[in-house]
Amino acid sequence: MTHIDLSVVNWARAQFALTAMYHWIFVPLTLGLSFLCAFFESIYVRTGKKEWLSITKFWMTLFGINFAIGVATGIILEFEFGTNWSNYSWMVGDIFGAPLAIEGLFAFFLEATFFAVMFFGWNRVSKRFHLFSTWMVAVGSNLSAVWILVANGWMQNPVGMVFNPNTARFEMNSFFKLVFNPVAVSKFIHTSSSGFLFASLFVLTISSWYLIKGRHVEMAKKSIVVAAVFGLLASSFVAMTGDTSAYEVSQKQPMKLAAIEGLYKGQTKAPIVALGILNTDKKVGDNQKSFVAKIEIPYLLSILANHSFTAFVPGIDDLVYGNKTYGIEGAASKMVKGRKAIKDLELFKNARKDKNTAKAAAALKDFKINQAYLGYGYLDKPEEAAPPVAVPYYAFHIMVGLGTLFPLLFAAFLFFSIKNTLVEKRWLLPLGFISVFLGLIAQESGWVVAEVGRQPWAISGLLPVKMATSNLDPQNIQITFFMFFGLFTLLLVAEIKIMLKQISTGFEEGGDLK
Amino acid sequence: MIGNLDYATLQQLWWIIIAIVGALFVFLIFVQGGQTLLKQVAETEIEKTLILTSLGRKWELTFTTLVLFGGALFAAFPKFYATSFGGAYWVWMLILFSFIIQAVSYEYRAKENNFLGSETYESFLLINGVVGVLLIGAAVGTFYTGSNFTLDMYNRVTWNYVLFGLNLRGLEAAFSLFNLSLAIFLLFNARVTGASYLLNSIDFSSNPGLETRLRESVKKNFLISLPFLLYVLFSILLMKGFGVDKAGVVSLVSFKYLFNLFAMPSLLALLLAGILLVVLGVYLTSFKTSYRGIWFNGLGTFFVGFVVLCLPALNNTAFYPSKLDLQSSLTIHNASSSMFTLTAMTYVAIGIPFVLAYIVYVWKLMDSKKLTVEEIQNEESY
Ligand code: HDD
Ligand code: HEM
Ligand code: HEM
Repeated sequence: MTHIDLSVVNWARAQFALTAMYHWIFVPLTLGLSFLCAFFESIYVRTGKKEWLSITKFWMTLFGINFAIGVATGIILEFEFGTNWSNYSWMVGDIFGAPLAIEGLFAFFLEATFFAVMFFGWNRVSKRFHLFSTWMVAVGSNLSAVWILVANGWMQNPVGMVFNPNTARFEMNSFFKLVFNPVAVSKFIHTSSSGFLFASLFVLTISSWYLIKGRHVEMAKKSIVVAAVFGLLASSFVAMTGDTSAYEVSQKQPMKLAAIEGLYKGQTKAPIVALGILNTDKKVGDNQKSFVAKIEIPYLLSILANHSFTAFVPGIDDLVYGNKTYGIEGAASKMVKGRKAIKDLELFKNARKDKNTAKAAAALKDFKINQAYLGYGYLDKPEEAAPPVAVPYYAFHIMVGLGTLFPLLFAAFLFFSIKNTLVEKRWLLPLGFISVFLGLIAQESGWVVAEVGRQPWAISGLLPVKMATSNLDPQNIQITFFMFFGLFTLLLVAEIKIMLKQISTGFEEGGDLK
Repeated sequence: MIGNLDYATLQQLWWIIIAIVGALFVFLIFVQGGQTLLKQVAETEIEKTLILTSLGRKWELTFTTLVLFGGALFAAFPKFYATSFGGAYWVWMLILFSFIIQAVSYEYRAKENNFLGSETYESFLLINGVVGVLLIGAAVGTFYTGSNFTLDMYNRVTWNYVLFGLNLRGLEAAFSLFNLSLAIFLLFNARVTGASYLLNSIDFSSNPGLETRLRESVKKNFLISLPFLLYVLFSILLMKGFGVDKAGVVSLVSFKYLFNLFAMPSLLALLLAGILLVVLGVYLTSFKTSYRGIWFNGLGTFFVGFVVLCLPALNNTAFYPSKLDLQSSLTIHNASSSMFTLTAMTYVAIGIPFVLAYIVYVWKLMDSKKLTVEEIQNEESY
């Protein structure tokens, strides 16, 4: 194949990561706050109390400010698959394009249409239809998460497709396998609940600030009750579904699991590292210790990964070099097969060009034997099959650490709300105030685990990222990288300033709306 | 039934679906057209707010249609998605840029403490309206005039148009009189539909001046757009086109698009009907006192857009021709996804009428009352 310009690969990755991580600042808030607005408005429609209307309107204003920038950062991602990863788009567009199109058709239109009613329809449609619209915005946002995560889940665990040697492309052969991909399912439930959790933290943060300042005390307390209930449920669910996600990772992407646990040598009865500092000099295959210091919880990794105390959990070295005892084939051996597959495919293509059917059939038969390893044929050395370890390792531990903290936080808020002593808890309110920032860290860490841990693959085991790029000069991507960086940062600052202003203006007290 | 469609039929069907979505977009850029009118027709802050609030209730639909257009192309014609986006990099990036800045502008413009100042957001809207629409017009023009790329045996695209040592990556589309005319027509037509839409949606009882100015701009912008439209139409009828023979070999064919119109008389009929409807809409708003011009020139714009997108693709024509290597050109047959995907997506497409139906329902519900000054003063506005 044509030669690969690594700086194009790296700039394209950097640009994609940058835009995705910006998008992810706003999206989880949309996912959760849309439902919270629907809850608040439902209470208002039920009780008819004006204060719930002003609570609804207040959070809705913040929702709208956030939504706009979520949309702005989203459109670029959709087109980046084409601009940055055109080879990828061509090879898998049949499969990957479908959920994206469906997302646009079913989710985004739902959001866009009912968003206008939610904001401008207060006096144009009936109360019930307005409430319905608010719910539709929430459903639409979360439906968009379904489809984009079906797409992403497929990159992590490609199912429902075959390789077509005639076109050298992957083609879909089961729509249902694509949609009900277990990785996509676990991703969706974990991600959407993490969005609910995040939005609840957002409400806690702002409401705690009001309580600290002694403003809007009643409204803030009411908001907190709803957010604490929703958040407690969501955060417990996030922890549970996080466990499901980890199990899926261990089954489908054992290399990612090994990396996020810093596990180089595989083990039975494997412990989990609760806290640990990695040894940065450690390389794949050498004999150095992987940790400078660590605290472990025995057996837990075996349980997590295989639901058994004694199961063997393969480490990075086993997956790179193979482990005969446990029947694990290493990347080194897969590369040999992959190279053979590439050669047979080449033979097949040439035989077809020469119209030599017998030769083509023979080459195709050979190719089929090793076709599953095709992607490995493009790696240069076996060690390339391992992702960087430190980044996903720390990201994972930060996420899990925070993930165990949040249910406690919500429980505390709920408990003191019920006892009506929240305002006195001067130690708790600051914690509530910073909580949304912790939530953001957990959110971004989660994606870093998922995406950096997937390296070097764009599609796990099938297509290395370096084969996925467009044929561009790196300067082009560099320029747009900085353009996006500058523009998104500018817009983020504007968003924050506007939000702060709205927050300091606060609720419409007494329910008398302007 | 869908399961029995053959591959070639599915490919045509999907191009038609793409053309419908594209034509809807061409209609919906009345929002962009309206944005470019802001400075000219609004004399007071209230008039500005009226216009922006009215457009602000619709911008998301336009935006989402663009997103769907991209997504549908990705799913149905992945080779086009890969070739055009990965090749004509700068055209698409600048288009996207102009939409990013639009997305925040409505929401942020009138908010307190908005950091960049209202004027900045207003100029974002102006840039989106002018640059975004012109670039999209030029990009569509290349369906007729061709682009500067080649594909290798693995379909990797190489773009090659170098000026002063810079590979322009699609921006060279602006050097074609045809592409430029199409772009300029699109822009001025969007201004016509934009003004017509605003006439339909605002209550002018306290701002009669605004109404006069909007009616005036319907007429003026139509007159400016007319020569460009005529140039585009005559060029299409006279120009050579990129035909594909049975074996898939692409060659330049004289009067290809004219023949296509005769081969597909329904397109010819739609084109004529479209032009008539546009003219009728303009007549009703500038010479009569109707507020319903948008329904005529809007529908007309949709028809014309549909024909412009179908003509270079159907009837054995290469819709994304390469000027550097004719055989690299994309056709709906060599650029489409597999039969399985197209079939599956056709089942999905059954949902389109439902989506359209609720959009229309909500639109009617929301627009049944005209937008008044009291409303923007007492309620949510942009
Ligand atoms: C508030 C945010 C948040 C919190 C507290 C947690 N997660 Fe998470 N996690 C996410 C937000 C998130 C996410 C951003 O939503 C990710 C990124 C990709 C994905 O599917 O979800 C994610 C991914 C993700 C993955 C990678 C999935 C993959 O690579 O496909 C694993 C293994 C976990 N999580 C496990 C956990 C565990 C065991 C948690 C313990 C409580 C936890 N997460 C808390
Ligand atoms: C919005 C949340 C997301 C965040 C924060 C995120 C983050 C990242 C990061 C950090 C990388 C760089 C990895 C590296 O180069 O080491 C990356 C790459 C990438 N991600 Fe995501 N990602 C997100 C969602 C998605 C989704 C939903 C998809 C697919 C539908 C996706 C597709 C990709 C692709 C194609 C790349 C480039 C190729 C690669 O490096 O693997 N991402 N993302
Ligand atoms: C990298 C892959 C992604 C792409 C290509 C993408 C694409 C887009 C696009 C085009 C929009 C604007 C839609 C509009 O016109 O209204 C958008 C907004 C949105 N996206 Fe993404 N997105 C990605 C990642 C994600 C993820 C991972 C999620 C959720 C799990 C998500 C959820 C949303 C939501 C809820 C919105 C609504 C607006 C908002 O963000 O506030 N997106 N996205």
